[in-house]
Amino acid sequence: MSAVIESHDHEHHHGPAKGITRWFYTTNHKDIGTLYLWFSFAMFLIGGAMAMVIRAELFQPGMQIVEPEFYNQMLTLHGLIMVFGAVMPAFVGLANWLVPMMVGAPDMALPRMNNLSFWILPFAFTVLLSSLFMEGGAPNFGWTFYAPLSTTYAPPSVTFFIFSVHIMGASSIMGSINVIVTIMNMRAPGMTLMKMPLFVWSWLITAYLLIAVMPVLAGAVTMMLMDIHFGTSFFDAAGGGDPVLFQHIFWFFGHPEVYIMILPAFGITSHIIETFSRKQLFGHASMVWAMTSIAILSFVVWAHHMFTVGMPLAAELFFMWATMLIAVPTGVKVFNWVTTMFKGSITYETPMLFSIAFVVLFTIGGFSGLMLAITPADFQYHDTYFVVAHFHYVLVPGAIFSIMAAVYFWIPKWTGNMYDERLGKLHFWLSFIGVNVTFFPQHWIGLAGMPRRVPDYALQFADWNMVSSVGAFLFGASQILFLFIVIKTVMGGKKATPEVWEGARGLEWTVESPAPYHTFTTPPKVTQ
Amino acid sequence: MFKKATTSFNCKVSSLLIALFSSQTFAAWDDINMTEGVTAISKEVFELHMLIFWICVVIGVIVFGVMFYSMFAYTKKKNPNPSTFHENTKVELAWTIVPFLILVFMAIPASNTLTTIYDDSAGDINIQVVGYQWKWQYKYLEDEIDFFSNLTTDLDEIYNKTPKGEHYLEEVDEVVVIPVGKKIRFLITANDVIHSWWMPDFAIKQDAIPGFINTAWTVVDKPGTYRGKCTELCGKNHGFMPVVVKAVPQDEYDSWVKNKKEEAFKIAELTEKDWTKEELFERGEEVYAKNCVACHQTNGQGIPPIFPALAGSDIVMNDASRQIEILMEGVGPTYAMQAFGKQLNEIDIAAVITYSRNAWSNAENGDGKIVTPKDIVDYKKPKV
Repeated sequence: MSAVIESHDHEHHHGPAKGITRWFYTTNHKDIGTLYLWFSFAMFLIGGAMAMVIRAELFQPGMQIVEPEFYNQMLTLHGLIMVFGAVMPAFVGLANWLVPMMVGAPDMALPRMNNLSFWILPFAFTVLLSSLFMEGGAPNFGWTFYAPLSTTYAPPSVTFFIFSVHIMGASSIMGSINVIVTIMNMRAPGMTLMKMPLFVWSWLITAYLLIAVMPVLAGAVTMMLMDIHFGTSFFDAAGGGDPVLFQHIFWFFGHPEVYIMILPAFGITSHIIETFSRKQLFGHASMVWAMTSIAILSFVVWAHHMFTVGMPLAAELFFMWATMLIAVPTGVKVFNWVTTMFKGSITYETPMLFSIAFVVLFTIGGFSGLMLAITPADFQYHDTYFVVAHFHYVLVPGAIFSIMAAVYFWIPKWTGNMYDERLGKLHFWLSFIGVNVTFFPQHWIGLAGMPRRVPDYALQFADWNMVSSVGAFLFGASQILFLFIVIKTVMGGKKATPEVWEGARGLEWTVESPAPYHTFTTPPKVTQ
Repeated sequence: MFKKATTSFNCKVSSLLIALFSSQTFAAWDDINMTEGVTAISKEVFELHMLIFWICVVIGVIVFGVMFYSMFAYTKKKNPNPSTFHENTKVELAWTIVPFLILVFMAIPASNTLTTIYDDSAGDINIQVVGYQWKWQYKYLEDEIDFFSNLTTDLDEIYNKTPKGEHYLEEVDEVVVIPVGKKIRFLITANDVIHSWWMPDFAIKQDAIPGFINTAWTVVDKPGTYRGKCTELCGKNHGFMPVVVKAVPQDEYDSWVKNKKEEAFKIAELTEKDWTKEELFERGEEVYAKNCVACHQTNGQGIPPIFPALAGSDIVMNDASRQIEILMEGVGPTYAMQAFGKQLNEIDIAAVITYSRNAWSNAENGDGKIVTPKDIVDYKKPKV
């Protein structure tokens, strides 16, 4: 979107506090955004290290490196940390940095709550990770923690896991309230809802999803807690309970949750593609409607994760059809991105490379998603590596590539320095090759019949597992390069102009680089 | 002369091509694609899979084609002045409606196949499948045959001490035998956590859920041995509980049923026999290796705290009646000990108890008492 600033503010501002307390007490949206981003990076590396353990064990058939019980702990923590520790906090960090600047607000609406919602997160993950050192080990029932494996048959650390999930949920809900209140009340004059940048739109929808489903997750873990410690039988068939009920509740949370992890990526990709195509985004309004439809549909498709639990035919048909429908708005988004590039004037800086890879690889993940929606075929795909390939395609080159694209795109605005373009491109190509070598063969071994969540496998899957592991090591190692590039950019580099990019559109590009500690204390006026 | 050479050259080329496409390529294809399977349903499912796959490929070629064309044709160098168009209602409507129609086209055969799969009428043979941590139990409801099916792959193979066999992790001690051409109905449930019974060649994957009975059916026309796996994370040994089904001609099936019944009769006889300590120890060692090592380990040390050590355990050394009770009823939920009363026969339970009381120098440190099959029969008698 294009905007003209009619009034700049020239007041004197206080800078950040000195010393470490700056980070503990800060209520500044930029500081909190930075905290969120570094936290998620740390979690990304920890969760990634666990993925390396998993791929190292799967490098060859047979048990070599870890025992099955530890393997299960790794796959559980890898999932939980990547979902709740890496992807979600990264998007909240981006929202903190960008939403106020994009809507022309001085800060988030509820700054103290903002501080709280971040600072409870490190405790949540300390509790979760400490379970590795407890008697009986860490949670070992998968990130989907199906009862009764996660209740009657769980290690004692499950109680700590429940507590940790509660804290994460509280953090997410507070963060979402903050985003919604900021967007609804603090937009600059003239910025109507339909003029709002797409990243802001995507986060508005995401925040509503979070508020709707995080309490459902909290309910599920609380019922588990009751079953484990207080003698209830919500999920225990022996006491008249229902293990399938758990799955319905979990996926009523879980399916919107997966869109929570991709909607902000849609926003980011839209900004980057229009910037480097030097052409206004095609179909701004239809993008908004597409995201809204995806969000609404996400509430009525949850049971496609459960096609094999033995639901009645009518339910299977309903969830199949509803799931297939999601392909329509998702297709609209992809077509809009491609049409934005059509007849543009394109250059290929690192953020653009990551965003183009996002569109292609996310679409591949969408295709396998469509295949998985076909219920009879899903009876063969379900719980195999085909599913692993599918959701890693939408989450790694999907969500995570979009986060990396966003970091390269906005880091000049955050630090005032340009990143090293040559290293950025190297990072892109290593990640791109790594991610495809890791996950593409997983489609094949899944179709050929390898179940997911197994520490060992039959011999016919050996070759492609080895290839997949090699890809994973390459992808893992290249993220060290990303860390190096980010640190290098924070330390120094070519100075960035306020616009940074030739085709940049949006209010955040009207303030200096680095963005002053306080921006838009007097709201800008937005005209078209 | 020349002609002859050409013919032989042609022969060579064609045989090479045949070799390439028949054995090599198709073998490789099997390793990366879904199996077509051996039932009418599995073939339908395979066709659906290939149909949706090719639809995705065509859409992908078109969309990525336009995208790559734009990437090469509209670089800043080649097109310094970008167009300014940013919406077009007709185009946007078209790419909303066309995908919708493709989906409808896809949903019709998918819904039909699903309806066929959901035909829930009774089978000629009904087999109850029960998932346990980490083995399957099969009960033939009409013939009252009842057995457990355990992985037979040696721990040494798993831990890379000996070379891996052809059916590594896909072999069991007791396979499910079914006759060809009959409708087999599986009634699937679980004893502890959720498992999932998957047989790719029949396109059956059905969760085994405690407290529920799910059904699935198949008619297999081609005799053969088919291999599948548990596909729901069910704890430590989830990767080690395969499914093996053998489809045989009717007469072979009938004689298998007869044998199974005789076997059960023989076991009843053996229970009455007087067993020596050596006989029990020897049999117990086998039972232990099959049922107990996964948790309690070969050396009896277990994996505390969930799987306690048996070597040096006070109960195992000095309290035979408590040990019988634990084996028969299980201990839960803090410890993951299953109730083996329904899983093993009296002889095997007596043997494995005797084994554990005399292995790992437990006999030297404890009472070294033996437990006989008759003790277990006594235990099973109703207490007044």
